[in-house]
Amino acid sequence: MREPALLVDAIDRAIIDGLQGDFPICERPYAEVAGRLGISEEDLLARLQRLLAARVLTRFGPMFQVERMGGAFVLAAMCVPDADWQRVRAIVDALPEVAHNYRRESERNCPFNMWFVLATESEAGIDAAIRCIEDGSGLPVFPFPKLKEYFVEMKLAVRA
Amino acid sequence: MNTAVLDAVDRALVLATQSGLPLVSRPYHRLAGQIGIPPEEVMARLSRMLQKGVIRRVGAVPNHYAIGYTANGMSVWDVPDESIDELGARVGALDFVTHCYHRPRRLPAWPYNLFVMVHGSSRSEVLSKVAEIAALLGHGSRSHDVLFSTAILKKTGLRIAP
Repeated sequence: MREPALLVDAIDRAIIDGLQGDFPICERPYAEVAGRLGISEEDLLARLQRLLAARVLTRFGPMFQVERMGGAFVLAAMCVPDADWQRVRAIVDALPEVAHNYRRESERNCPFNMWFVLATESEAGIDAAIRCIEDGSGLPVFPFPKLKEYFVEMKLAVRA
Repeated sequence: MNTAVLDAVDRALVLATQSGLPLVSRPYHRLAGQIGIPPEEVMARLSRMLQKGVIRRVGAVPNHYAIGYTANGMSVWDVPDESIDELGARVGALDFVTHCYHRPRRLPAWPYNLFVMVHGSSRSEVLSKVAEIAALLGHGSRSHDVLFSTAILKKTGLRIAP
């Protein structure tokens, strides 16, 4: 699924690049940010709406770290034969516990081609979601829980 | 769910904001009205969750394809367990690395234990960054692979049930 190219102007870039964190928690946060950008609050809200509708932004709001709420966030992979792809994909994507799902391919013919992240409110929820996918698909799920995090900072500047 | 961490009101706030913050002039007041608590309490609770790391950050989540990062490579490396912490920290410090984790191997099919995500505008850009990682790891890595994403099948983020 390639995203449609969307024209973003300099202000959109400043919004995307400058708002990937530190959104203020105060009575009128959009007005505060708009002031910093030199635009009106209405303009900022309209631009955010447009960027979300065009899926240049997938979300705007708090990003929760479910592990800190007693939950779990686990990467998992499956080896899905091409003939079975749509059936298995439908089963995996339908689960609300699947936060994202990617098709991946390597040049070395790595058999693990479906990679998804399970986000659940409890550790037990991970096992239940895995069982649900395995029972529905008839294929094994390989969880890759993180043993140690060395670095995470998913902030990317606009290049489009 | 660990109720020592989140009480029922915090949980209601997660539910009300997991798909996004209201795009209105006073978003925290809007949430307060939805949940039935004062706006000051909404702001205080969100600030506390941010401080505790329950909220990693508040802001925009770009679709990396749409902003020009059309090549997203998960590089995976087989490094000795005894040196992974030192090597993982060094690779994680490279400015182009967005995620760097130690994860379990799944032998025999999967010998890799260090997962390093690299984003770029093309596969060749990602591969040249992967070559930098390979140079840094040297003989510390026994083998590696790069898995490029060819399709985003789903991307919603956390969705807890009401």
